[in-house]
Amino acid sequence: MQVLCAELGIQIVKVGLFLACFNESLFPETGKSVVKILEQLNCEVDFPLAQTCCGQLQYNSGFQEHTLALARRFVDIFAPYDAVVSPSSSCTHMVKEVFLQLAEDFNDHDFELKVRNLAQKTWEFTEFLVDKLKVTKLGAYYPHTVTYHATCSSSLGLKLDDRPLRLLKQVEGLELVEMESANECCGFGGTFAVKNKEVSTAMLQDKIAAIEAVDVKYCVAVDNSCLMHIGGGLSKKNSEIEVIHLADILASRKEEI
Amino acid sequence: MPVVERGEKIAFKNAAERTLQDGQMRRNLRHATTVIRGKREIVVNEIDDWQELREQAKQIKTKALKNLPRLLEQLEENVKKAGGQVHWARDADEASDIVKQLAKQSGAQEVVKIKSMTTEEINLNRVLADEGIQAIETDLAELIIQLGNDESTHIVVPSVHWNRDQIRELFVREFNQPELTNNPPELANAARAYLRRKFLTAKVAVSGANFAVAETGSVGIVESEGNGRMCLTLPETLISVMGIEKVIPTWEELSPILELLPRSATGERMNPYTSIWSGTRENDGPKNFHLVLLDNGRTDILKDSVARETLHCIRCGACLNICPVYRRTGGQAYQSPYSGPIGAIFSPQIWRSERHFAHLPFASSLCGACADVCPVKIPIPRILTQLRYRMKRQSGQAGFFERFAIGLVTWFFMREQRFAWLLKLAKFGQVPFKRKDKLASVPLMGAWFEARDLPAVADETFRDWWKKNKS
Repeated sequence: MQVLCAELGIQIVKVGLFLACFNESLFPETGKSVVKILEQLNCEVDFPLAQTCCGQLQYNSGFQEHTLALARRFVDIFAPYDAVVSPSSSCTHMVKEVFLQLAEDFNDHDFELKVRNLAQKTWEFTEFLVDKLKVTKLGAYYPHTVTYHATCSSSLGLKLDDRPLRLLKQVEGLELVEMESANECCGFGGTFAVKNKEVSTAMLQDKIAAIEAVDVKYCVAVDNSCLMHIGGGLSKKNSEIEVIHLADILASRKEEI
Repeated sequence: MPVVERGEKIAFKNAAERTLQDGQMRRNLRHATTVIRGKREIVVNEIDDWQELREQAKQIKTKALKNLPRLLEQLEENVKKAGGQVHWARDADEASDIVKQLAKQSGAQEVVKIKSMTTEEINLNRVLADEGIQAIETDLAELIIQLGNDESTHIVVPSVHWNRDQIRELFVREFNQPELTNNPPELANAARAYLRRKFLTAKVAVSGANFAVAETGSVGIVESEGNGRMCLTLPETLISVMGIEKVIPTWEELSPILELLPRSATGERMNPYTSIWSGTRENDGPKNFHLVLLDNGRTDILKDSVARETLHCIRCGACLNICPVYRRTGGQAYQSPYSGPIGAIFSPQIWRSERHFAHLPFASSLCGACADVCPVKIPIPRILTQLRYRMKRQSGQAGFFERFAIGLVTWFFMREQRFAWLLKLAKFGQVPFKRKDKLASVPLMGAWFEARDLPAVADETFRDWWKKNKS
C-alpha cells in the first residue's frame, strides 16, 4: 500500500492515534470511527498499545508530580509518528499546552524539547481533517436533527472555531439546530463534577434545558468526556435525546444504514 | 441579610449549596451578567486592536511589578512632594488601624466612602464602627448593600443580585418615602438626596485607588456616578487605601488601562468620571491627603513566577460575568470581597492561613472563559491548577484518601499491562451495577450518580478490538 501510494504520488501520513483512556473503555465506537475516516483519507493509522492516559485527571486535581510521570511516558510513546491525532480536545489541549507549562514549572529542559516537538504535530481530530488534510466533505450521511455543544477545550482551549461545524454542515441529511449558550460549560470539569456537585449539577441542568429547548434527536460535540456528563444527565431524567461524538456522525454512510 | 456571611468561613461547596437555593438571586444574577456581557461585547468588538491592547496592558503590568520597589519609592517621594503623606501597611490590620487613627485625629463621627475593594479587604467599615465612626458608602450599589445589611456579590456591582423591586422596598423603608416607585431614575434620586447631605457634612473621605502614577505621585479613581468626585473634593481629609500592585511608572502606561477597564467592566466606551489627584492644593479640594500602601500578602504572591500575574488584575469583573460557576452561585459563596475566578485565585493567596479559602481553587470547571475575557490576560486556569497543586501539598492528612486514589490510578497508568488489568477489573467490577449498557448507581459514588448515569465499560474495549482486527 505504502509503495503503491508513493508511486502514485499520494502522501501517506503516519498517524499515531491517541484515543484517551475514557474513549478506549467507554466509547470504543468513536475510536473505530476515527480509524475508519483516517484510513479512507489515506492515513496509515497506528494505535500504540503502550498509551494509557495523558494525566489530565491528576493535573486538574493538583497532583503535578504524578502528571509529569505520565507526561514523560506519553511523549516517548508518541514521538515516532508524523502526526498524533485525538478525538478529545481536552486531552489534546493537555498535550499541546499543559505539558509545556509542566516542563516550565519543573524546569525540565529535556522534557520541554520533547514536548515542543510533539506539540507541533499533535492535532485534535477535526483540526487534523480541516487544517492538515484539508477536507470537510467526507461523504457522511446522518438523517437526524442535532444540536452542537461547543466544549470548553475545543472552543476556548484549542480555539477550533467553526471547524467542527464546517464538517457537520457537509453531512448529508443532517439538520443542525443551534442551542442557546452553546459554548457555555456543561459543568463537568473532571473531579469538579464530584467535588462541587451542586454547582456542577446546576450547570448541567441549564445545559440540558438548552438542549431540550431545541427539538433534536442528538447533542453532538468533539469531546466524549463532556458528552458523558451531558448524556449521563439526559439519561438520568429518561430523556429521549442522546449524545454522539462528531466522529461517529462523520463515519456514518448511507449504504450502512 | 446575606445568604452566606463572610465570617462563616465554610467550604465553597457548602456555601454554594445555600446560594444556589436562592432562586431570586440566581435569576437576577443571570439577567444582570447577561446584560453587562452583551454591552461589553459590542464595545470590545468595535476596537480593532483589542488583542494588542490586552497584550500591551499585560506587558505594562509585568514590567511595573518587576520594578515595584523602585516605583513605590518614587510614588512615595512624589506624593510627599505634592503635599500628601504616605503610610505603609504590612497587612490588613495595620492598614485599617492607620485609617482609624487618622479618622480619629480629625474628630469625625462619619466618613464618606468611595466604592473600594481594598477597604473591603481590610474590613475597614467594621474597624471604624468599633471605634464609633460610621462609614457611609456612597456608591449606589454599595449603599444598597450597606442599607440592606447584605454582603456584596460582585466586585464592580456589589448589589447585582438585587432587582428594582427589592431596591424600592429597601429605600421606602430606609428613606421613609412610601411614594417611591421602582423606576430606576426615581430610586437613584432618592439615594442622591440622602447622599448629598452626607457629602456636605463629612469631614473625612476614604477611597481606594484604581491606579497610581509614580512619576507625578498621582492617584486615580474611575467611577460612573460622580459620588467619587464629591468625596474627593468636598471633605477636608482624604485617605486613599491602595494595594501596592496598582502603581505604574508614567501617564503613558495609563492609556491602555483606561481603554480596557470601562469596556471590560461596564461595557462603556469611557466611564463617566475619571478623577486623578496629586497631593493637595491650596483652597482646592482636601487639605490633607493620606495614601496608605497595602501589602497584605502581595509581596508573597510576587515570589511565584506563575501566580504573580494575579496582581495584574484591574478589577473589571469581566471574569465574573462570564464565569459559569459564579453566574450560578453568586459572589457570597466565595466569602471574600473578591469573588468569581479572580477571587478564587486572589483570596487564597492573600489569606494563606484561612483554611476555607483553600477550597476556592477547586471551585472551577477550568472552562477557561475567564482567561479568554480578561483584559490583562491573566492565565486564571493555569493559576488555579497551580494553587490546587500547592493546596494538595499542604493538605497532609486531610487529603490522604485522594492522594491514595490518585496514586493508585497513576500506578495503573504507568504500564500498558497494568492499564489492561484496570480495564478488566472495571469490566468485572461493574457487573452487579450494570443495567443494559450503563450504570445508574454505584456505592460510594453518589456524588456523580445523583444527577447522572455513566456508560458501562464496553464488553469489547477499543484496545481489544484493535488487537483483534488491526495489529
